[in-house]
Amino acid sequence: MPADTTIGTTAVAALAELQPEPGIAKPDPILIADHVVRQFGGLRAVDVTHLEVQRGAITALIGPNGAGKSTFFNVISGFDTSDEGSWTYNGQTITNTAPNTLARKGLVRTFQLTKSLSRLKVIDNMRLGASGQTGESIFPAVFKFTWGRQESEITERAMNLLERFNLAAKAQDFAGSLSGGQRKLLEMARALMLNPDLIMLDEPMAGVNPALKQSLLDHIRDIREEGTTVMFVEHDMDMVRDVSDWVVVMAQGSIISEGTPLDVMRDPRVIDAYLGAHHDSALTESGQSLTESTSKEADA
Amino acid sequence: MDFGFILSQSLTQAIGVTAIIYCLAAIGLNVQFGYGGLLNFGQVAFVAVGAYAVGATVISVGSSLWLGVAIGIILAIVLALLLGIPTLRLRADYLAIVTIAASEIIRFAAKSSDFLGGAQGTTGAIGADFYALNPLPEWDRFEFGPISFTRVDMWVVLVGWCLIALVTLLTWALMRSPWGRVVKGIREDEDAVRSLGKNTYLFKIQILILGGVFGALGGMMSAISRGSVQPDGFVPDFTFFLYVMLILGGTARVMGPILGAAIFWFLLVFVEQVLKEGVSSGLITFISTTQIGPIRFILVGVGLMLLMIFRPQGILGDRKELMLDAR
Repeated sequence: MPADTTIGTTAVAALAELQPEPGIAKPDPILIADHVVRQFGGLRAVDVTHLEVQRGAITALIGPNGAGKSTFFNVISGFDTSDEGSWTYNGQTITNTAPNTLARKGLVRTFQLTKSLSRLKVIDNMRLGASGQTGESIFPAVFKFTWGRQESEITERAMNLLERFNLAAKAQDFAGSLSGGQRKLLEMARALMLNPDLIMLDEPMAGVNPALKQSLLDHIRDIREEGTTVMFVEHDMDMVRDVSDWVVVMAQGSIISEGTPLDVMRDPRVIDAYLGAHHDSALTESGQSLTESTSKEADA
Repeated sequence: MDFGFILSQSLTQAIGVTAIIYCLAAIGLNVQFGYGGLLNFGQVAFVAVGAYAVGATVISVGSSLWLGVAIGIILAIVLALLLGIPTLRLRADYLAIVTIAASEIIRFAAKSSDFLGGAQGTTGAIGADFYALNPLPEWDRFEFGPISFTRVDMWVVLVGWCLIALVTLLTWALMRSPWGRVVKGIREDEDAVRSLGKNTYLFKIQILILGGVFGALGGMMSAISRGSVQPDGFVPDFTFFLYVMLILGGTARVMGPILGAAIFWFLLVFVEQVLKEGVSSGLITFISTTQIGPIRFILVGVGLMLLMIFRPQGILGDRKELMLDAR
């Protein structure tokens, strides 16, 4: 598969030179959000003043439970409606646009609770992702000759992706028979069927075993190498540190910190938001406290 | 007990006009509920619209049956849009409530409308144009082993089954296509399908229309074959029988509603006839002939319970597929 690595590396290099401060402008933003507010009754679940997402990079959105990460994701991807604010994607205003319209523009998301279509075969889950299908209009659908050729092209592309995600052997099984981790992989592969410019992953690591986590991380890196911008919500700090180029931290609905993973993990506001007064408890799987592990890395 | 007679009666019903009417409506429900996951509890409304469209066009207006057929199809589409546009953006249960209410509104509106014949309904030679086309030879009866039909019934049954074949073929062609894939995806998880760039609202409207038109065809067959349209034939029970047939045959199976409708009517008549023979020959003493009607429906209920316990996927369904969501 031809990989356009230059986009990814230049984007990442540009990020490293930025000052780590909330709402900072990026050199080449794909998504810009302004004053996005989502209220549930009296609670301002999301109140983001300004956020830019760098094209070609992997941006992580982290924060403690109830920080509004998933709500922000839902609002941006059209599955929830904002009360105030506006946001643009590739320069186009997409404020409160329906998710199906966004998907056709190349902004595709996955879900925290995987939405594999259980009683459809894995291969049909994949085929469903392809856009511009003639056979999806009701009248041509009746006559196979109008969509048969396109269907075999789609199937070929789908099989290539399944191959890459180690799901090819499962192609003819019902998606409902897959394990939790395989469903995560399927959902990611299915999103790639749309050839997205920006893929938004909602907790891709939730409920995935450590062995599969590593392969998921590799897939996320591969997606960036192909020139797709990745944005993800995650709790797992190890993953955030390993894979992301830029980290955005939310707490109580707003962005409290932004920067490279190292900068963010050193930021006292982040440590406070995550741990409150208990600075000694471990955030990462290695058992080291955040400050310890990050300072060691900084030394090395 | 004359089992030969009982069997011939039951088999005749299993492929007869009533089974055909229910079968067409059940195929429509299979498209909506079985494939698309739309909880339409008012399928009988579409049947009523089809029946009244031909009944009123021929009897009240005095126009041609074929105009009535066209009007019936158009009205079924209009009804689907009326029901679907406000509700299909909402959660699935809203459609269930709205459809069951709509079917009762239509029944009561028809009952109080003089144009549609009021509580008496519309009666007359609704199917005259249709019977005039009967090409069958002028025999008294058409016999096939234990089954026999009059010349008129034979013509209705023949056209009815051709219609079922046509509608089934259309359903099959659609459900193997990418269009059908989107529809089945909506049944599984609508948000996932939206996130893949499909306008699910449009697809849901389309399946509501398609299933509704199939139901209206069933209504037209009923008006033509019976020569009358009775408002009280369109009670909500009608829709629930359709669900029983669908579950019996196997939901989301192309042949499911056909098998379900045939077996349903076979069993209903079989039980009725056995009870009748039993009572009249003195074998069954604890019930009277007037109780047979309600009792067979009690047995339908018991049968449905047993089906749900022992074969929830229906006759043609795949249990493994059904159990996928239970894990």
